[in-house]
Amino acid sequence: MARAALRGRLTWQLGTVEDVVAETDMTASIVLRVPEWPGQRAGQHVDVRLTAEDGYQAQRSYSIASAPDEDAVVLTVERLEDGEVSSYLVGELRVGDELELRGPIGGYFVWEEAMGGPLMLIAGGSGIVPLRAMLRHRLARKSAVPVRLLYSARSHHELIYREELSGLGVEAGVDVSVTLTREQPPGWQGYDRRIDRALIAEVTWPATERPLAYICGPTSFVEAASDAMVSLGHEPRRIRTERFGPTGR
Amino acid sequence: MLDGNAIAGVLEEIFGQDMTAAAATCSGCGRSGPMAETAVYMRAPGIVVRCCHCDTVLAVVTERRATYCVDLTGIR
Repeated sequence: MARAALRGRLTWQLGTVEDVVAETDMTASIVLRVPEWPGQRAGQHVDVRLTAEDGYQAQRSYSIASAPDEDAVVLTVERLEDGEVSSYLVGELRVGDELELRGPIGGYFVWEEAMGGPLMLIAGGSGIVPLRAMLRHRLARKSAVPVRLLYSARSHHELIYREELSGLGVEAGVDVSVTLTREQPPGWQGYDRRIDRALIAEVTWPATERPLAYICGPTSFVEAASDAMVSLGHEPRRIRTERFGPTGR
Repeated sequence: MLDGNAIAGVLEEIFGQDMTAAAATCSGCGRSGPMAETAVYMRAPGIVVRCCHCDTVLAVVTERRATYCVDLTGIR
């Protein structure tokens, strides 16, 4: 049994809130200026730490929504019910406030232009955030890597980046499929059910195309999507997953 | 249950570099995969990392006053 007691090497730094943009009723994008920011890779996240007056600290991880090619660091945060940190970030945080964070963090769930494609991006709810960074990175680099995106949300008004994603399309080389699992607006043309094998088979690249897949969302969503892809003959090694959920750390 | 991505910051703090892309081999089933794909339980007393194939406990991480204790019990 290996045992080690080591001191931390990742450093905490302060970012200043430049803007807070409401994305949906429950999510907001926090635009941060971080003076010593070393730059990130698309798909990485940061740890955010809040400290109360009595010294109590709470820490959470949030995906970076902006591309490495952008100046600001943008975090899109979903307010969870009873979310100790998220309810402060979405609702109380104001322009000019400072936020303690460390990062960028994570070297697995990342995509860079040189990694190629075709890309299969599958998002459940706020799992769209790191995938949006990848889409923006691809656009900023004028990459020709073809992309298919499957985005699952409960309802139309819970779609994050709705305008931005609907602006993508065939001419941008991005094929966007949306499924609304709980409530659909009148005349809805997209999918209207939870993801299953048939839906995944319909929207993903065929296994023979050997897509590089990134799946992000709640644990059950990620398991369903990755299991479906594997059963359709996709190589597990080309499927990268990231599970979101309340952590209570 | 989450996955190894959720503890990327803690692991980097401890090991001084990103560990999510690093491969870990399970002592239970012998399968190998990236740390990012392990099953992680954050709500246990401390962080429990399990093999996503056979559920063997790979690692337990606890922290007290900025000092970590890391038991790599099931990684070989």
